[in-house]
Amino acid sequence: MTETPQTAAPDERVKTRSRFREALIRPELGGICGTLLVFTFFLLTAFDSGMFNAQGTMNWTIVSAQFAIIAVGACLLMIAGEFDLSVGSMIGFAGMMIAIFSVTLGWPVWIAILVTFVLCIGIGALNGYIVVKTGLPSFIVTLAFLFILRGFTIFLPQTIERKTIIGGIRDVSDGDWLAALFGGKVFKGLFQWFGDIGLISTFERGTKAGQPVVDGIPMLVIWALALIFVGHFVLNRTRFGNWIFASGGNAQAARYVGVPVNRVKIAMFMFSAFCATVFAVCQVMEFGSAGADRGNLKEFEAIISVVIGGALLTGGYGSVLGAALGALIFGVVQQGLFFAGVESSLFRVFLGVILLLAVILNTYIRRMITGEK
Amino acid sequence: MSQPIIQMKNIEKHFGSVIALAGVSVDIHAGECHCLLGDNGAGKSTFIKTMSGVHKPTKGEILFEGKPLNFARPRDAIEAGIATVYQDLAMIPLMSVSRNFFMGNEPIKKFGPISMFDHEYANEVTMTEMRKMGINLRGPDQAVGTLSGGERQTVAIARAVHFGAKVLILDEPTSALGVRQTANVLSTIDKVRAQGIGVVFITHNVRHAMAVGDRFTVLNRGKTYGTAMKDEVSPEELQDMMAGGQELATLEGSLGGTV
Repeated sequence: MTETPQTAAPDERVKTRSRFREALIRPELGGICGTLLVFTFFLLTAFDSGMFNAQGTMNWTIVSAQFAIIAVGACLLMIAGEFDLSVGSMIGFAGMMIAIFSVTLGWPVWIAILVTFVLCIGIGALNGYIVVKTGLPSFIVTLAFLFILRGFTIFLPQTIERKTIIGGIRDVSDGDWLAALFGGKVFKGLFQWFGDIGLISTFERGTKAGQPVVDGIPMLVIWALALIFVGHFVLNRTRFGNWIFASGGNAQAARYVGVPVNRVKIAMFMFSAFCATVFAVCQVMEFGSAGADRGNLKEFEAIISVVIGGALLTGGYGSVLGAALGALIFGVVQQGLFFAGVESSLFRVFLGVILLLAVILNTYIRRMITGEK
Repeated sequence: MSQPIIQMKNIEKHFGSVIALAGVSVDIHAGECHCLLGDNGAGKSTFIKTMSGVHKPTKGEILFEGKPLNFARPRDAIEAGIATVYQDLAMIPLMSVSRNFFMGNEPIKKFGPISMFDHEYANEVTMTEMRKMGINLRGPDQAVGTLSGGERQTVAIARAVHFGAKVLILDEPTSALGVRQTANVLSTIDKVRAQGIGVVFITHNVRHAMAVGDRFTVLNRGKTYGTAMKDEVSPEELQDMMAGGQELATLEGSLGGTV
């Protein structure tokens, strides 16, 4: 351009907003408010119950981390404009495949894990390919896979082993380098030291006497943190992240400027499958067995976490950090009610109320940011 | 006149048994605003989609800077320098202005093996370009949804110009806008033309066309009546040609010449 940039006169119809307000109005605000609310509530009602000592904290941290792992996948996929209802069945299926490969077929565990990852990501790609090519709503396509995968997860072990739970994984995975990446614990020395200096309590009797009650951070939690970090980074700081927003915001407009929308969507289906498989492997390593009913309803828990975190169900808007906060709220509420001694059936009531409040708040915040009517 | 940037020769496009375009020829020169007029269903949209690589012509030839060209994908057209701004699909309202501005052309900053979206650069360029076009943003992270329809068109035009468009196709940029916003978009077209970019302005509003157009091509039922220079044609004649002549004259008579 040759003309010199001229400064347009300030528009009298654009209100100036304070920096504080600017910093406050962000997609995660609903999640932040919800987290504060939930923690305040349980600090007041369940502080004496042991919910906030080392063991209790680790308890709800692990549950939240489980939600977070699948929520990150669901979040990016939802921002790209699609759903994956097959996450729960995928968790069951992946766990079962690992058990069949390693226990029944006797493969080394690391090969079983890698093959399962390839298989599940492949199924994720197939989900995405069908959605993109047929133009059908992902809701329907992945609903079909919800049933297909669950069916196989029940059929295969029944046919091969005549039971629906395959155990003995802990025996075969002992000492396996890749299994340790999912089932192990880290910072054990640090926690031993915490125990020694009395920061966290130690077992006083039995075989574990002298060991701290919490002896390390499970790899599950590390996976959750890593996935949150990577998801947030990719979404906000890379070119691909911009394509994710664009694909979900308006696929046609994105195509017109050259964004490979189909590739983006398929990649997000694959990532969702990846997250489900990470969840499954961690779970299988923790329990030492694979069950045909594992992961039931997990897809909804993931979607609820994402929506509490401020993402728009129709795509194009959302935040990974928000989804992580949603997972934290979910985990804290689920375990907190137990600590508070509340009748466990009320968990659903509590969750429903939080979901509703968060979504209403999120809608207002989003309208403020995006100028939607 | 110098060599045209794009020549479309006898373009035909059939969709099944429907003949959408039955031999349309248009050429676009640098620094001109070429108005493509036509009523609904005249084939305007099909024609520009052929030009921008969305459709392949059934018959006919497209010459880009004198060379025959076949776009397989819209991306090819964009890379060649043909940018299209669609009426409703120019911008994504949920995304910020700077994310929209660089959509599909994100600037990259390298940190070792990791490529990052260079937000600083994107924000700076967006603010400068918007100021040039006379739009004051609260900030580059302001969502496009908070802009008016005219401002959105302007952002899309500024984006196309920034990324080196030689030909800018505007699909009915003024049809959904108010008076003031229309004036803004028309003056933007004027600024863009002054930079030597060929503008293809699709409209069915003769007054908007006459305000900025240098040449006019009227499409009617998939055919063209040829191209006229600005001083060769009157608004009334254009109006008549768009409507297919006779019928509108009768209609207009009964409405007291207000159409």
